[in-house]
Amino acid sequence: MIPREFLRTAWESILKNKLRSFLTMLGIIIGTASVIVMVAVSAGTEAAIKEQITSLGSNLVFINTSFMRFGPGEASSGGGLVYDDATAIQESINGVEGVIVEQGATDSVRAGSVSLDDVEIVGTTPDFPTVRDVDVETGRFLQESEVQRKSKVAVLGAGLAEELFGESDPIGQTVTAGTTKLTVIGVMAPKGSVGGTDFDNRLYTPITIVFQKFASFGFGRIVGDRVRAITIAVAEDQVLEDTILQIELLLSKRHEVSLDSLDFTITTQDDIISTRESTTAAFRSLLSWVAGVSLIVGGIGIMNIMLVSVTERTREIGIRQSVGARPSDIRWQFLTESLLLSLVGGAVGILAGIGGAWLFGAVGDMPTVVVPASILLAFASAAAVGVFFGFYPANRAAQLDPIEALRHE
Amino acid sequence: MTGQPLIELQDLSKRYGIGEGEVLALDQVNLRIERGEFVAIMGPSGSGKSTLMNILGCLDRPTEGTYRLDGEDVGSLDKAQLATLRNRQLGFVFQSYNLLGRTSALQNVMLPMLYDRDHSRTPEERLALAGAMLEHVGLSDRGHHHPHELSGGQQQRVAIARALVNDPSLILADEPTGNLDSKSGLEIMALLQALHGAGRTIVMVTHEADLAARADRILHMRDGLVETDVTNGSSLKKMGAEVAA
Repeated sequence: MIPREFLRTAWESILKNKLRSFLTMLGIIIGTASVIVMVAVSAGTEAAIKEQITSLGSNLVFINTSFMRFGPGEASSGGGLVYDDATAIQESINGVEGVIVEQGATDSVRAGSVSLDDVEIVGTTPDFPTVRDVDVETGRFLQESEVQRKSKVAVLGAGLAEELFGESDPIGQTVTAGTTKLTVIGVMAPKGSVGGTDFDNRLYTPITIVFQKFASFGFGRIVGDRVRAITIAVAEDQVLEDTILQIELLLSKRHEVSLDSLDFTITTQDDIISTRESTTAAFRSLLSWVAGVSLIVGGIGIMNIMLVSVTERTREIGIRQSVGARPSDIRWQFLTESLLLSLVGGAVGILAGIGGAWLFGAVGDMPTVVVPASILLAFASAAAVGVFFGFYPANRAAQLDPIEALRHE
Repeated sequence: MTGQPLIELQDLSKRYGIGEGEVLALDQVNLRIERGEFVAIMGPSGSGKSTLMNILGCLDRPTEGTYRLDGEDVGSLDKAQLATLRNRQLGFVFQSYNLLGRTSALQNVMLPMLYDRDHSRTPEERLALAGAMLEHVGLSDRGHHHPHELSGGQQQRVAIARALVNDPSLILADEPTGNLDSKSGLEIMALLQALHGAGRTIVMVTHEADLAARADRILHMRDGLVETDVTNGSSLKKMGAEVAA
């Protein structure tokens, strides 16, 4: 038969039972919509994570003390990173744009009559703005000499500065962090919260000050200038691997350990991104199973209704056979119908999916990105479901005996 | 006209079931029907006439024996080839009309053309031909009516138009007036006779002797056999009408 006639016949049959057709399509609609929404949510989450991590700075290498080697008695004698490691890296390794060491503490901060509890106090080094990709708004950041001499200076986050000083200029003013009086030398530009870190409500001070004044009781005394993490910005992406190797060689020599049993670990931003991505990938594969299952359920719905349709229309099939419809004509007629059902369902599902993804983004406050490939995937799956689950009923129709079919009431 | 008959059955048998329950619906039937004949088949139910019609209509296959339609051995054809044969060579007129309920009279008449494998006609030509066929059976003003909007006689005329539309060599009518009142029945008979007059070959199953009397030739069947094969004197004009065997 002529393809156009197959389509027309199939379309008429679908329209004849509007409610039934719609209910049949519902499984496919839900299946395709969930494919699109799920891909959109996971792509959106992934993009958000990536953005957060890269906005911490670019080409970063994180060196962390291995806690495994922090055994009793070992803490004071050896193992783990020390402050001088950072200086050594800066001095002897090429391609390093900046090295920072951070040591955090939490304490109250007071300026005049304003007092704030639980402010994050970050002890760090002069390269911080370069490495962490933050800018100084007014004044300046810490200098090497201030770190060396343990100068009592502070740089305020934008939000913190406003809370403490309001409209007035904080530069040159004094803040009291815990019991230590610090002179404000700069205010950072607003950056907001990135990856759970609120950059605007913290106070930066030389790391040496934190070692001296804020390190938790006992820890500061015993560990001295031991640090938990060193962060390095590498000038170019291409030399990253090379730089990591050089750092490993340098630090293993300084710590007197072999390359097989390093007392620190080195991770890059890409490592972190791929770790997070593997988390979202697991999430996504779970969701795609859900989508797959609902597509299969939708397909079974189509198969069921097509079997009903074949039975209902047995006499029609017989009539068509008597005027010359070949088995393949009958098969195509019913395949076209199931394909049309699933494609229309797929198309509606795609629209619903795009709408749903938008709704998740707008109402659910989840980052969503509708991926064009997911639309294609959803549509192709719908088509595949239509053909796969339509084939058995269509084949059954095609194999009907014309005499039996004509006798059917 | 070629020398060979349109229909030639040789030792044609049809069995249903197996073992004890086996039924011999047709028992070594031999039959020749020439082009242009109007043959009526009569007989009680169970005599095998429906089975014979189904086999003649290529809807069923014989268990044994051969059936040649227009010289072609139908037994060697597969399902698709049989369908093509039905499409080109055969036109069916059923007792219960068997129109597609969801489509108009015009679309019903066009149906056989849609299964034409050669796509030999454009949509416009199909529509025009279907219209002409409806006009031929006197229903030119009912083309857009659906079957349920037509009387039984009108529905049967639509079915006849559908049977004619691909210009078949054989019309098979299975009790075409069985569901009709006598007036409509006579009208349908008149239409079939007119088709016969125009040279069509028609095989018709009927219960009614007065309808059968309008045919050239009357076959009486009983127990799967052609019991009598009578050439109707009043309309005798076919030289080759004879029983082979």
